[in-house]
Amino acid sequence: MKAFIALLVLAAPLALAAEDPVRLDHAPIDPRDVASLQAGARSFVNYCMNCHSAGMMRYHKLLDLGLTEQQVKDNLIFTGDKIGELMNVAMTKKEAKEWFGTPPPDLSVIARVRGADWLYTYMRSFYRDPESATGWNNMVFERVAMPHVLWTLSGQQVQVERKFRNLEQAEAFGRQQRNAWKIEVLTPDQAGKDAERYILKTITTATPGALSQRDYDILVGDLVNFMTWMAEPNLLARKQIGYAVILVLLVLLVLSYLLYKEFWKDVH
Amino acid sequence: MAAAEKQPVTGAGPFNDLLTWIDQRYPLVSTWKQHLSEYYAPKNFNFWYYFGSLAMFVLVIQIVTGIFLTMNYKPDAAQAFASVEYIMREVPWGWWIRYMHSTGASFFFICVYLHMFRAMLYGSYRKPRELLWIFGMLIFLCLMAEGFFGYLLPWGQMSYWGAQVIVNLIDAIPIIGPDLAIWIRGDYVVSDTTLNRFFAYHVIAVPLALLALVAAHLLALHEVGSNNPDGVEIAKKKDPKTGIPLDGVPFHPYYTVKDAFGLVVFLIVFSIVVFFAPEMGGYFLEHNNFIPADPLKTPQHIAPVWYFTPYYSILRAVTEDFMWVLAAGVVGMAGLILWSVKSTARRVTVAAVALVLLAGFYALDPKVWGVALMGLSTMIFFLLPWLDRSPVKSIRYKGPITKAALALFVIAFIVLGYLGTLTVTEARTLAAQVGTAVYFLFFFLMPWYSKIDKCLPEPERVTSK
Repeated sequence: MKAFIALLVLAAPLALAAEDPVRLDHAPIDPRDVASLQAGARSFVNYCMNCHSAGMMRYHKLLDLGLTEQQVKDNLIFTGDKIGELMNVAMTKKEAKEWFGTPPPDLSVIARVRGADWLYTYMRSFYRDPESATGWNNMVFERVAMPHVLWTLSGQQVQVERKFRNLEQAEAFGRQQRNAWKIEVLTPDQAGKDAERYILKTITTATPGALSQRDYDILVGDLVNFMTWMAEPNLLARKQIGYAVILVLLVLLVLSYLLYKEFWKDVH
Repeated sequence: MAAAEKQPVTGAGPFNDLLTWIDQRYPLVSTWKQHLSEYYAPKNFNFWYYFGSLAMFVLVIQIVTGIFLTMNYKPDAAQAFASVEYIMREVPWGWWIRYMHSTGASFFFICVYLHMFRAMLYGSYRKPRELLWIFGMLIFLCLMAEGFFGYLLPWGQMSYWGAQVIVNLIDAIPIIGPDLAIWIRGDYVVSDTTLNRFFAYHVIAVPLALLALVAAHLLALHEVGSNNPDGVEIAKKKDPKTGIPLDGVPFHPYYTVKDAFGLVVFLIVFSIVVFFAPEMGGYFLEHNNFIPADPLKTPQHIAPVWYFTPYYSILRAVTEDFMWVLAAGVVGMAGLILWSVKSTARRVTVAAVALVLLAGFYALDPKVWGVALMGLSTMIFFLLPWLDRSPVKSIRYKGPITKAALALFVIAFIVLGYLGTLTVTEARTLAAQVGTAVYFLFFFLMPWYSKIDKCLPEPERVTSK
């Protein structure tokens, strides 16, 4: 009985929860771009793997990105692990929980959960928030426990609010933004009649980082490209084999159709 | 027949002697004849008749890929998720085997739903095929159990919470519910124990039952003969000399070559999904199932896989407000039956059942009735052979009411299925309630509308294309 109530409680309020209003940017990813994948792998082990594991990936799989074993050992393994080992981190779950409140999730297949566009937008949507424990907040993931690890590269962003009278104007302005934006709508009670009810929230760079915004976007794009590849390393092979299989089946289709017609020509 | 009386096998070239040797010790030739070369199937099968053999083929895919998956899968809460990814990444061709198995699950249901719809179109459940239909329905129930148990094994968030929600439904059964739920889980929540036993059910218990039922289904089919799109019995018009139905063709080679063609078409569609869209936009493999199961983090939105969503919608549609609709339905049905039957004993029984139900609606929580209605929605197909009172079998000769009823039922089934994948809103609940009403009215009113409907006369023999 309690379980059933729990079930209804779980299912019912979702209709009330505001749907994620952030417009996701399109991630410029290309699984054939080996240079981008290599750059992404470098960013991943340099920045993400201080906390996040990729425990279903073996370092050895990185050879598929056109690297030699020596290159992987010299540039991508910092932990003293052997090349045949899984990409794990030294931090234990218990420690992680103590330090961050929640253990950083394993990122092996995170791209299959969130999608590339979400990751791309997320990594470019941190902003300074003095009220949060880490000093950072995120447009895509409110009150996220993760601090902005790449801030030395991106610089520091702050959130900006602009008020509009109508939704079209707010959206038009939002579309001109380079970064994520979302619109909060006040009820007439909150705002007063004829007031500016549409609040467009965007972020803007307050202090620049080591990279220009364009270069930072490229860095994140490469990182997301790598993470998408890592979530399913066999994706390209899968599709290539798929074409061959369909081709063989099409030949079989013709043959089996002719056979069927040959046998059935006398049945009326 | 004693061995000595059997004719030697001919026509198999160099294998004649070997086959004769076997045939004298085993009913080889007679079985071959009875089920293939001299099993006469109507010659007018159409598109809908491919799905029986295709469902059987998918069963083979599932068993073969399943065997290879078990070689590397670990039914252990600590290792299950990673072992699936190990199969996807490191086992040679593991991704292919796994995607065939996950896609095969959905295609199994697609084939079986279309196969069942075919039976509803052409009245294939009608006398003398009631038992054939019942075996088929048992296969369908086993398949749902198989799908449910199997979905826990990848041990992702949807696996875990889907199983949690469904097993918790058993909790709602009065008196025995809570203990029964613990007995099924083997624990107070879905846990490693649950995973282990679901693995056992999924890889051995249910498949054994499935195979036995498929054999019974085929034997029953070959006993009564296949129905056809015209719904007329081909056995009634036989060649006086040979005793072969005039409208029948031997299953082999005619339908073996035809089904082979159908199989290739199927494999093309299947391969497109396996190689180019194995997630099918989140319907075949849900995005959230790539998060490892976490008993402490309930996902915001728990949705079963698409093939269970119509029944899940019915479960969610039974709210406090809907109880009035149910009560009105019971009163209406009781009135209709009282008006239709003559015997006093039956009238008393019907009135008593209706009163017990009404008392139950009042006394027990709506959730109990939600679970009951969800169960009923899958079981009610069993009754079709007795609900359908039409003088004809096939939709081709049935009247406008039956056609409209079937069309409405299909729409309700699809709408309920779609709603079951979404979160609940007020409007969606209302839509699901309308769908639920249409779904059950299709069955409950069938004895009346199928009888009064203006049907066309059936032809003497099948109409050829």
